[in-house]
Amino acid sequence: MNTFLGMPATPPRSPYGTGNLRGDRKFPKAAHDELANGQLRRNLGRATSTIRTKRLVVTGELPDWEQLRDAGSAVKTDTMNRLPELLEQLEQKVTERGGTVHWARDGVEANEIVARLIRATGSSDVIKVKSMATQEIGLNEHLESLGITPYETDLAELIVQLADDKPSHILVPAIHRNRDEIRQIFLDEIPGVDPDLDNVPAHLAAAARAYLREKFMTTRVAVSGANFGIAETGTLSVVESEGNGRMCLTLPDTLITVMGIEKVLPRYQDLEVFLQLLPRSSTGERMNPYTSLWTGVTPGDGPQDFHLVLLDNGRTAALADPIGREALNCIRCSACLNVCPVYERTGGHAYGSTYPGPIGAVLTPQLAGMDAAKDDPNSSLPYASSLCGACFDACPVKIDIPSMLVELRHQHTEQSGASAEKLAMKAAAAVMKRPKLYTAAQKAAALGRVVGGRDGTITHLPAPFDGWSDSRDTAAPPKQSFRSWLASAEGAATLRAAAEEGVLPATDAHTEDQ
Amino acid sequence: MTPTARDTVLGRIRDALALAPAPATTVPRDYRTGRTLPDGERLALLTDRLVDYKARVHPCTADDTARVIAEVLAAHGARRIGVPAGLDEGWLTAYDGEVQRDSADIPAPGLDALDGVVTASAVSCAETGTIFLDGSPDQGRRALSLVPDLHVCVVSLSSVVVGVPEAVARLVPERPTTLISGPSATSDIELERVEGVHGPRTLAVVIRTDA
Repeated sequence: MNTFLGMPATPPRSPYGTGNLRGDRKFPKAAHDELANGQLRRNLGRATSTIRTKRLVVTGELPDWEQLRDAGSAVKTDTMNRLPELLEQLEQKVTERGGTVHWARDGVEANEIVARLIRATGSSDVIKVKSMATQEIGLNEHLESLGITPYETDLAELIVQLADDKPSHILVPAIHRNRDEIRQIFLDEIPGVDPDLDNVPAHLAAAARAYLREKFMTTRVAVSGANFGIAETGTLSVVESEGNGRMCLTLPDTLITVMGIEKVLPRYQDLEVFLQLLPRSSTGERMNPYTSLWTGVTPGDGPQDFHLVLLDNGRTAALADPIGREALNCIRCSACLNVCPVYERTGGHAYGSTYPGPIGAVLTPQLAGMDAAKDDPNSSLPYASSLCGACFDACPVKIDIPSMLVELRHQHTEQSGASAEKLAMKAAAAVMKRPKLYTAAQKAAALGRVVGGRDGTITHLPAPFDGWSDSRDTAAPPKQSFRSWLASAEGAATLRAAAEEGVLPATDAHTEDQ
Repeated sequence: MTPTARDTVLGRIRDALALAPAPATTVPRDYRTGRTLPDGERLALLTDRLVDYKARVHPCTADDTARVIAEVLAAHGARRIGVPAGLDEGWLTAYDGEVQRDSADIPAPGLDALDGVVTASAVSCAETGTIFLDGSPDQGRRALSLVPDLHVCVVSLSSVVVGVPEAVARLVPERPTTLISGPSATSDIELERVEGVHGPRTLAVVIRTDA
């Protein structure tokens, strides 16, 4: 209604309590348990360091890598600015080519649309290509509740599904599992698997091939996500490695693709940028083994019934935030996960969302909100970072994740009202503006030494600072502050000596360097 | 009247852009485009990339295509192969196995029974070792080059370009297009690369150096 009155309304987040955009506890608590899992940390540490090295090699090969990043970033920003016209163009082109376009306000509506389309085919089974969007909306859970069996066909997604587990990485969702664990999952869960199956990755992959072959040959409906949707031509794209994507996109009679509205690209030519940025950032390969591009329906080739479901689910809420909207530029390469010192240690489950790691810590609160409930677990995500900036450096479309994290922390603090911590910070600001008062305060703080233990640390601060000390030790205040040392005879003598040695110029020259 | 989901979502986007308007953006395209390299260098680059992906590479002259294809098929024990309806018949004159000319009414299990498939290709990108199939009559429908376990793909050196932008510029967007960079692979188990999952486990590329 507001639209008719000419007053823009803030779009809604993904509805609370739906889908997989929120964990059941806050990040520090979840991370604490994950960190205690030595196996997980070994698996993750090895995997992320391997992929970091590969990415650096193949991105270093391209002398125009930075120009590609600039182009990729600008294409995505331009896309967000022109989203209505691009989506309408995409819809028109897909329709012209024999496809049907559906719109979904949120995950619940998308799930209903997909289920209705599957039922219309009469099939009770569906094969699935790895898709972040359908993971986000909990499509599998919805289909199962209706008696429709979804078969994940990506190897890692299959492992996760068979183990009744959750993905822990955008690109390699079973990265938290090692070969012995995977062997056991296959022995327990794949009907008719060779009981002598060993833990060699090639043999495990062969077991998955044999199991899924029959599904590919007989299942009449597939569900996929999309990496890109080209407005100019109506072309959709799935980037993959194993060929399970090609199987799902080619063999069934009906294909249903669920795509977030932010995945649209203006021109076919834009693929020349993203087909360079994505594989090199993602798997550290010059190109992924398979990419499929299809435009509506092609007579005699592939599914003759094609549906595209365009999903909002909080994306428009992110778009309404001038800083947060940059999270929509993400192309799901997962380079930021692999370089993140926090992700590398906690793994993906601690984030509680389909989207883990640095991008997850900014995208999840944008899509689902972070204060939708009391003690919303998502409110802890912007703090799941040391703000080291490695994610920004690695991002192929230059998303400034650290700045977004800081902005989200600000928003969270603003939303949580007049806390005791906030009042204390105000008081600190007032004191720091007055040098005499500040010196006096520092002297008083030195009294804090009495609460420091033998190692000179304070493990539990009193309220309102207990939130700070939950996850950190605080150094006890020193006997003497730097300011009081500098003002002392000892401080003055040290400075003179340094000047004589030439370490410091005798004159106050250091300002000239600045 | 209740607004449709389409109207609601488009309305939300317009509201979002009204709440947080952004200046128009121009896209800088300062990356490399329109690159060319002599035949020998494109051949060497493409070969290097394909071998890196564990694909088999067989350079030959155009006159020798039929003999090399027959040798590759024999080496893999392929007694029964599928070919697209529009494949050059001259390429199969040296092959003595059974040939199934593809048509859209052959179901997928009918392709699964084949030992291999021989197709042509539309474009290749040397820098990334990528072969593009676009569903033309000599390349066939997508299922044909996917289901059999051996894919023998014929590439004319004149269709090999240097980089990704040069390759994308040659594509016809409306055609169903498949980019192939080596045999199917996975790194899902401890990031250890395994060649051969669901797509053809063997990719043999016959590069015709004077065509």
